[in-house]
Amino acid sequence: MAKAKEPKVRTTTTWSKAIKRDWQLYLLLLIPVILVIVFNYAAYPGLRMAFMDYKPAKGYAGSKWVGFATFQKIFQDADFLRALKNSLVFNLLDLLVGFPMPIILALMLNELRFMGFKKVTQTILYLPHFLSWAIIGSVAYTMFRPSTGLVNVLLMNAGWIEQGIPFLTEKWHWAVTYLLIGVWQGMGWGTILYLAAIAGINGELYEAAIIDGANRWQKMWHVTLPGIRSTVVTLLIMNLGRVMGSNLERLTAFDNTQVRDFEYQLAIYIYNKGLGNGKFSMGTAVGLFQSLVGLILVLVSDKIAKALGEEGLL
Amino acid sequence: MAKKNEETVSDGSRAVVKFHISDIIIMVVLVILCATCVIPFWHLLVKSVSGDMAVMMKKVFFWPKDFTLGAYTKVFADKSMVHSMVYSVFVTLLFTILGMITCTCAAYPLSKKRLKGKRFFTFILMVPMYFSAGMIPAYLLMNNLHLLDNMWVLILPLIYSPYNMLVMKTYFQSSIPDSLEESAFLDGATNFQILGKIIIPLSKPIIATLSLFYAVGRWNAYADNMYYIREDSLRMIQYKLYLLVQGAEASMTASLGDVAGSSNVTTPEVLQAASIMFVTIPIIIIYPFLQKYFVKGAMIGAVKG
Repeated sequence: MAKAKEPKVRTTTTWSKAIKRDWQLYLLLLIPVILVIVFNYAAYPGLRMAFMDYKPAKGYAGSKWVGFATFQKIFQDADFLRALKNSLVFNLLDLLVGFPMPIILALMLNELRFMGFKKVTQTILYLPHFLSWAIIGSVAYTMFRPSTGLVNVLLMNAGWIEQGIPFLTEKWHWAVTYLLIGVWQGMGWGTILYLAAIAGINGELYEAAIIDGANRWQKMWHVTLPGIRSTVVTLLIMNLGRVMGSNLERLTAFDNTQVRDFEYQLAIYIYNKGLGNGKFSMGTAVGLFQSLVGLILVLVSDKIAKALGEEGLL
Repeated sequence: MAKKNEETVSDGSRAVVKFHISDIIIMVVLVILCATCVIPFWHLLVKSVSGDMAVMMKKVFFWPKDFTLGAYTKVFADKSMVHSMVYSVFVTLLFTILGMITCTCAAYPLSKKRLKGKRFFTFILMVPMYFSAGMIPAYLLMNNLHLLDNMWVLILPLIYSPYNMLVMKTYFQSSIPDSLEESAFLDGATNFQILGKIIIPLSKPIIATLSLFYAVGRWNAYADNMYYIREDSLRMIQYKLYLLVQGAEASMTASLGDVAGSSNVTTPEVLQAASIMFVTIPIIIIYPFLQKYFVKGAMIGAVKG
């Protein structure tokens, strides 16, 4: 929240004076405030379902309070544990594979000397970020279907494989394809902040390095990378905060009956079990668990960043 | 920003004009990565204008065979697809306009240092970014508000976006000099007049960028369609595409048991390709023109994420 750096203005203005002077500003604020109250804050009381045995037919008044029983139940629910494990494993793998890629790509783009080539490359690489998961999923199926997908047909025509590779229809292949498509989707867009950081590095540092006889790799290692360190740390922390997240659109876009083992993650659990099967209390409890862990992760990461001397997020 | 970047790079490398082998390697890698972004869409485009037979025989790769626009004729004849496209454009426009109004209403007052209660309002408006009640409470809330199966459920809950508000507030604070407003204020201008006559005209770049954030965000997202919309005519085009492809996939990978009527569900490949292109082409056409605004916005956002 962008309040940290502004110098504190000692306002001795009373409310009546402030309102008289700025009533128009308060009037403007009314619109967003009403919206968050109606659509965000009004949903918070619904969280009490997590501590009740909520029956839609009976409503809040008729449903029993059960304390933490629902949480005990979900932590004994094999489906939940599987969804939790899958979410964590896939999010960590996403981070592991997906995080370094934009950095590498930004370093490569920065080395390009033909500005025309650089511009076209960037424009093309940003494109996947602007497409919905519905489009990406359907394009992926067109490319990777075992019998008719372009990749498999080309490989078979080349005689390299006898049978189509089940990129999206066998769970281990699916895991790899799913992760790589995620990297592919985010890599181009991810370079923007790094490129901006690289542009902000003092040009004299490069000149000094050249005079010292540094070659391209040494310049990259000793000037560019240290120059973008704080950007890397900030983004890493931001991403760590999302380790409990789960994207329903991305997961369902690659859904099919053969890969339910791995595809079953928290978003799917809440959608299928909570909404689909009407287990509102369990769905709410899982959602609350997810939100709280996410919040704690953000706060802790922010503390760590500040302890490391970086700017932090809040 | 781009210009500065160019200078740094050319300054750094002018001393060494030689073209290294590493330059070639870097360019080859980048060309391959770009190819992965272009080839799938080119292949789909080619497929969508090829003959059914040629596609079934797997003879279509990177150039159309038996050129025909038959599949597109079918897509355009499908009233529900065309309706959904028009509907999605309408929802997106409405969403963007209302979103920008809400965003300005939040960002402008909060960018004023003198505003009493500023910290309180900022807190109220930022909490939803860090803590959400989750899907089920939101679903029951929409139910209570009688918004299920209603176009407004796709608009109202999301038009206030804490992130966009932050970007806009940062812009107001950093790019518009306080002195400009102060003098207008002393001349007796009201807050509304200052906003309308000074702030908004000076904020065109950020308005363009954030409008795009709103529009693309709405256009591409469809999870809320899955939660809140049952009525087919109220579904947005991305969700329709998802259902169409998912339906085809399900019937293809379904176990051997003969599902009654499954042949009716399967969409022929060419038609499917045409449907995907129908949804994708609008974005691909406008995308190159809009891209630079996005890049700007992403960088303003990064100043204070």
